[in-house]
Amino acid sequence: MTTSPLLDATGVAKNYGAVAALRNASLSVLPGEVHALMGANGAGKSTLVKILTGAIPANAGRILIRGEARDIRSPAAARRAGLLPVYQEPSLIPDLDVLSNLRLTSTPVEPFRAWVRELGIADLDLRDTARDIPLAVLRVLDLARALAVEPDVLLLDEMTAALPANLAEKVLEVVRRQGDSGRAVIFISHRFVEISALCDRATVLRDGETVGVVDIVPGVEEKIVELMLGTRIVKTHVAARSAAQKAAPAAARPRIAVQNLRVGTKLSDVSFDLADGEVAGVVALEGQGQDELFAALAGSIRPSGGTIEVDGAPVKFSHPIDAIRAGIAYVPGDRSEALAMQRSVRENIALPFSAALRNWGPINMRKERATVLSAIERLQIDTRAQGEVQRLSGGNQQKVTIARWIAADARTILCFDPTRGIDVGTKQEIYKLLRELAGNGKSVLFYTSELEEVQRVCDRVIVIFGGRLVDIFPVEEADEPALMRAAYGLPRGAKADIGILADPTAHASDAPEATP
Amino acid sequence: MSSTGITPVPFGRRLKRFMADRPLIPLVILLVILVVILQILRPGIVNERWIANTIKFAIPLAILAGCQTMTMLTGGIDLSVGTVATMSAFIMATQVVKQDPAVAFLLAMMPAVLIGLVNGIGVGVFRVHPLIMTLGTSLIGTGCLQVYQRTVIASGAKIPDFLAWLGTGVTYGFPNALLLFLPLAALIVFTLARTGFGRLLYAIGDNERATRLSGVQYWQVITALYVTSSVLAGITGLLYIGLIKAPSLSLAEPLVLPSVAAAVIGGTSIFGGRGGYTGTIIGALILTVLTTLLTILQMPEGARRILFGLIVLFVTAAYLRIVEER
Repeated sequence: MTTSPLLDATGVAKNYGAVAALRNASLSVLPGEVHALMGANGAGKSTLVKILTGAIPANAGRILIRGEARDIRSPAAARRAGLLPVYQEPSLIPDLDVLSNLRLTSTPVEPFRAWVRELGIADLDLRDTARDIPLAVLRVLDLARALAVEPDVLLLDEMTAALPANLAEKVLEVVRRQGDSGRAVIFISHRFVEISALCDRATVLRDGETVGVVDIVPGVEEKIVELMLGTRIVKTHVAARSAAQKAAPAAARPRIAVQNLRVGTKLSDVSFDLADGEVAGVVALEGQGQDELFAALAGSIRPSGGTIEVDGAPVKFSHPIDAIRAGIAYVPGDRSEALAMQRSVRENIALPFSAALRNWGPINMRKERATVLSAIERLQIDTRAQGEVQRLSGGNQQKVTIARWIAADARTILCFDPTRGIDVGTKQEIYKLLRELAGNGKSVLFYTSELEEVQRVCDRVIVIFGGRLVDIFPVEEADEPALMRAAYGLPRGAKADIGILADPTAHASDAPEATP
Repeated sequence: MSSTGITPVPFGRRLKRFMADRPLIPLVILLVILVVILQILRPGIVNERWIANTIKFAIPLAILAGCQTMTMLTGGIDLSVGTVATMSAFIMATQVVKQDPAVAFLLAMMPAVLIGLVNGIGVGVFRVHPLIMTLGTSLIGTGCLQVYQRTVIASGAKIPDFLAWLGTGVTYGFPNALLLFLPLAALIVFTLARTGFGRLLYAIGDNERATRLSGVQYWQVITALYVTSSVLAGITGLLYIGLIKAPSLSLAEPLVLPSVAAAVIGGTSIFGGRGGYTGTIIGALILTVLTTLLTILQMPEGARRILFGLIVLFVTAAYLRIVEER
C-alpha cells in the first residue's frame, strides 16, 4: 500500500514505577480503514489509548499524525490533531442539558442533530438533562458528539457494549461508513463478530508489545487468538492431581446452585453449581458480568432475577452478613476494599468476629490471639510490620484478606482475582492454599484474569462473556487457547465453526447470546 | 534494622521516632510546659486548690470530648452534645422541684436517648452527614427546650444537693467528680481497645466498605454509637449543672467546639480510624489550663480568643507533624 498512514505510533512505552504497562507498542492506521485494537486483559490496550488521546504521557515512542511528529500532551491537543476518543464511560456532564454539554466542547449543534438521527434516535430533546437520559442513548450521544466535529481518527472503546441490538447495528453501520469516507476509526472490542463485520485490519497487543498486524479475512480469529497467547499456545499438559488434591467425591446436592441468575443488564441467565471440595474457576474478559456475579453471591447486591440455593435451600441475601451466615465469604480483588489499612493484622483478621451484635462485648483476647496466630501461620504472613496493614507488601495484604476467612472457617470462599499484582512466590502459596481448602471439603469460586492459573488451581472452569455463560469446561480441556476462545464468546471447537467469520451477518444477532 | 545500630541516628530523628511511637508523651510535655508558664507568670498559683479546680472544669469537657472521640473514630462528629447536656441539666433542675430525684433523672435522660436515637438513625440508616444531622437535632432540641421553659417558668429551679456535691465538692483534696469520671474514662478506654464495639468504630472509620464485606451492619453500630454519645452528654449535663449551679438555655453550648478541639489535639483524626481516649483527656486538660493562662494574662476578650484559636491551630498542626511519620 502506498497511502501514508493517518496515524503512526511506534515504540510507545509506559512505565508505572517498576511495572511496564507498555514496552514497545506500535499502531499504524491508514486513511479509510476501520482498525481493530485487540489484546487480552492487561495487554496494554487502555494504556495505549490513553497515550494516543493525551490522557497520560508516554515514557518513550514517536507519534506521527499525517506524517508529522506531534506531541500530544493533553486531550485538547489530541483533539486539535484530529484524534477523538469515545470512552466506555459516558462523558456528558450529568447535571447539564445536552445543549450545554455541546457548548462545553464547542460542538456544532446541527451536525450533531444530524448524526443523532442517523444513529437511530429520532426524538431527542436537546434540553433534556443528561442525568435523565438512559445509558445506551448517552453512549450514542457521545459518539454523535465526536462525529459532529469530523475527526480524522475516531477512537471507539467497546462502543457497542451496553447497546441494544438495534442501536448497535446503526452504530456499526455509521462506523463502517466513516471508514469508507476516507477517515479512520480505531475500534476496540472483545467481540469477534463485530470485528469481522467491520474492520479491515487488526493490531494485536500482548504484554505491552505489538505482536502482530493482521488483515481481517475469514478464519483469522485462530491467528488472533494465537497472537494474543503468544508462545504459551503450546498445549500445556495438565498434571494429573494426586488423590489428596483431587476433588472430593461429589455430594448428593451442590453446595451452591445458581439458576438463571440475572443482575440488571450486566448478567443474564447464568446457571452453574459449586460442589463441596472443588475449586471452580471463572474466566471472563474485563467487565463481562463477573463482578456482578460475585457481588450477588456475596450479598453485596441483589440479583434482579433467578435463584441462588445454598445446601439445597433457596436464599435471598440482602447484606453480606446473610452470605457470611450461610458460610459464604467474599475476598474482593481490590485489597483496599477489604482491609482497614491503618489497623493491625490481628484486628483485620478478627474483624468478622465482632460483626454480629452479640459479639460487641469484651473480646476474649487469648482465644482471639490463638485463632489469628494459627491463620497467620497457615498463610505464612510476614508479620514484621503487623502494626498497620498498609505497611505490608501487596502479597501479604492479600494473604490477610484470605486469612480472615480461614480464621472464620468459611465453608465457601469467593476469591476475585486474588493474585493480581503480587509476587510469584505468594501466588504459588495462594494456589496451594486454595487446593488445600478444597481438599478439606471447602468450596472455592475463583475468578482469575490469568488463564494459566486455571490449570494450576481449578477443577472446572466457568466462562462468561457479555453477561452470559459460554461454557463450563472440565480442567482437562481448559487449555489456554480453548479458554481464550471461550472468553471471546466463541464456542468450544471453534475451528469447525469458522463460518462465524465467513458469514458474520447470519450470526450477528445470536452470537453474543451463545448458550452452553 | 541493620544499619541503625552502627551509624548514629541524628538526635532529632530519634526523638521524632520516639514520640511517634508514644503519641501521648508530646501531649504530656505540652501540658507540663503550659503549667510551668502559668507558674512563672503568676508564682504560687499552681497549688492543690488550683489543680482540683482545673480538674473539676476539665472533666465535663473531657466527657464531651469523649463523645467526639468516639464519633470521630467512625469519621463522624456529634455537635448535639451541647444541647443534649443543656437539656438534661435544665430538665433535672426544674423537675426536681416537684418530682422525686430518681424520676427527675429519668425525665432528664429521656431527651438524650431520643436525640441520640434520631442522630443514629439519620446517620446510620438515611446516611445524612453527621455534621448536618447532629446540628439539625441540636437546633430542634434547643427549640423544644425554649418551649419547655415557658411551661415551667413559674415552678422555679433548684440544684439537687447530690449534683452540687458531685460537681463542686472536694474530698481529701480530690474533686468528687473523679468518682464519676474515673470509672467512665476507664470504661471508654476499655471499650475502644478491648471490645468488639470499639474495634468496629475504628474499622468503620478506616474503611466502611471493608466492614460491610466482613458482615458489619453499619446502621446498628452507628445507632448504638450516637445513643451512647448522647447519653454521655446527658450525664455531663447533670455534672455540669452541679458545677455551674445556674441553669440556663445555653448552659453547655460553649463546650461543644472545645470538645471537638480537645479530641483533635488529643490525636484523634477527624477523618476517622485513628485516635484514642487517653489523648483526648490530656487534650481537655491542655485546653482548660490554656483558658486559665489566657484569663490571667488580662487581655481584652477579643485578643484572648484570637490567641486561643492560634494556639489550638498551632498545637494541632505541630502535633500531627510529630506523630505522623510519612
